[in-house]
Amino acid sequence: MPNDVTHSQAGTTLEKADVTKSVTPGGRTEAAAAAVRIDDVAVRFRSKKRDVTALTDVSLDIASGEFVAIVGPSGCGKSTLLKLVAGLLGPSAGEVRLGDERVSGPRHDIGYVFQRAALLEWRSALRNILLQAEIRKLPAAESRARAGELIRMTGLEGFEEALPHELSGGMQQRVALCRALLHRPPVLLMDEPFGALDALTREQMNVELRRIWQETGTTVILVTHSISEAVYLADRVVVMSARPGTVSEIIDAGLPAERGYSETMARPEFGTATTRIRELLGAASAAD
Amino acid sequence: MSQSAVSTAPVKPAGVAERARPSLRRRTVEAAEKSWRPVALLLACFVAWWVISAAELVESYLVPSPGATLDVLLDKPDYLWQHSWVTTYETLLGFVIAVVVGVVAAVVMVYSSTVEKTLYPILLFAQVVPKIAIAPLFVVWLGFGITPKILIAVLIAFFPIVISMVTGLKAVDPEMLQLSATMGASPWQTFLKIRFPASLPHLFSGLKVAVTLAVTGAVVGEFVGANEGLGYVILQANGNLDTPMLFAGLLVMSLIGVILFVIVEIAEQLLLPWHASRRDGSVTTSY
Repeated sequence: MPNDVTHSQAGTTLEKADVTKSVTPGGRTEAAAAAVRIDDVAVRFRSKKRDVTALTDVSLDIASGEFVAIVGPSGCGKSTLLKLVAGLLGPSAGEVRLGDERVSGPRHDIGYVFQRAALLEWRSALRNILLQAEIRKLPAAESRARAGELIRMTGLEGFEEALPHELSGGMQQRVALCRALLHRPPVLLMDEPFGALDALTREQMNVELRRIWQETGTTVILVTHSISEAVYLADRVVVMSARPGTVSEIIDAGLPAERGYSETMARPEFGTATTRIRELLGAASAAD
Repeated sequence: MSQSAVSTAPVKPAGVAERARPSLRRRTVEAAEKSWRPVALLLACFVAWWVISAAELVESYLVPSPGATLDVLLDKPDYLWQHSWVTTYETLLGFVIAVVVGVVAAVVMVYSSTVEKTLYPILLFAQVVPKIAIAPLFVVWLGFGITPKILIAVLIAFFPIVISMVTGLKAVDPEMLQLSATMGASPWQTFLKIRFPASLPHLFSGLKVAVTLAVTGAVVGEFVGANEGLGYVILQANGNLDTPMLFAGLLVMSLIGVILFVIVEIAEQLLLPWHASRRDGSVTTSY
């Protein structure tokens, strides 16, 4: 995408953090209050023939403004965990808290991005982003301005009126990201958002997501199959075991806040962390 | 194929708007490219018909010559026009009623599984019963007027509309629905902004089937008992062994079906440009 490079300065000046706490260079907040608290959660799916335990004994605290990535083998319940946080699914045991509220139904104070962009085909990029505002009945003028900011931040300028099928996969995912951020959610949940993109676009999106996260100060939980993506982006990487899914280890690579893509890849901490995660997942279960 | 240029991802932002709406001339060229084959085939059939009748391979009272058929069309335009109008009127009314009832039934069925379980077997039964067989009953009940014809058109057009609309409403991306839940959308908002528009391409594929069936329904109604309409014209011509008139009636009837089909297709392109431009350029339904 040719115009990705130009908008980075614009974004920094426009975007302001929505959360009250300031983000330290490490990206981690000093405050003790957790943005998301997952407490001893289990999820069992009942079907006629058998019960399937998707998640068991999962506990995780995520600080406000933190970027957490979740990796694990396919079917380990990573996406289920995100749905729990969003309140799209209820836990069979334990509880999930968002801020200081217990999650007991679909949460409206989050942004959600799926692997497929899930855009409305009949709406232009801009109107897809504004769907968030329309449904929430947010003031129109403000929402348009906010959408404009996000469009600049994600490099979608000039594509506002394009229909989804006229956009590349990466661009569609940018639109989905803008839509998820329109209402300034304190928590952004991303379920393999770059899984369908080619390797090069994916790297580009990683760099952008990291920048956008730093600009917005949103708490991010990212589910991914890519170990390097997880380590590059996140403050902490939660490694999950196969079904029934549980947290096997939480890894903090200790990378600096400013992360140039190739420099970060070349750092010894990066190598140590990815190797450790690969060991945890077992050679067969997750190809990077 | 000729439309692939339209649907490629834009490289330059400036190109987006122009590409979405190709010029009239370009569209005409594309339409010509798409339609020359069927036109050529039709012409070939016409020539074959002409050759067969000119060489008197078949008796002229069995297959009239194109000239004789054309003569009927030219000699009795008022007669044909009057009866065509009756059939068209019955067809359109039946189609519109079928659309309204079908769409409402589909929405109710999708939102209430109780209604679906109750209604679906009855719908299926109504579809399985041959409409031609119940047509006489409608005439007994409702008389020789246009009401039984409209009713048969409704019955015959209703089923594809309900089925396509139910499919459309159910085919909505589950992630889209989860997303609308996180936005706090009311059921009405979800229906209006997501489910209904998403179902329209499916609905239109059902409408195209339904509109041609509605013509059949109206004509079947006229066969059973009528004193006007193209079905009546054909029956009369048949009784008099007037094959040129019979052929003329058939031609006009097909023409009505084709015109209605094209109208639905144009409506689809106007209402769902996002869908039309996505599709590869075949004239008929791509399902």
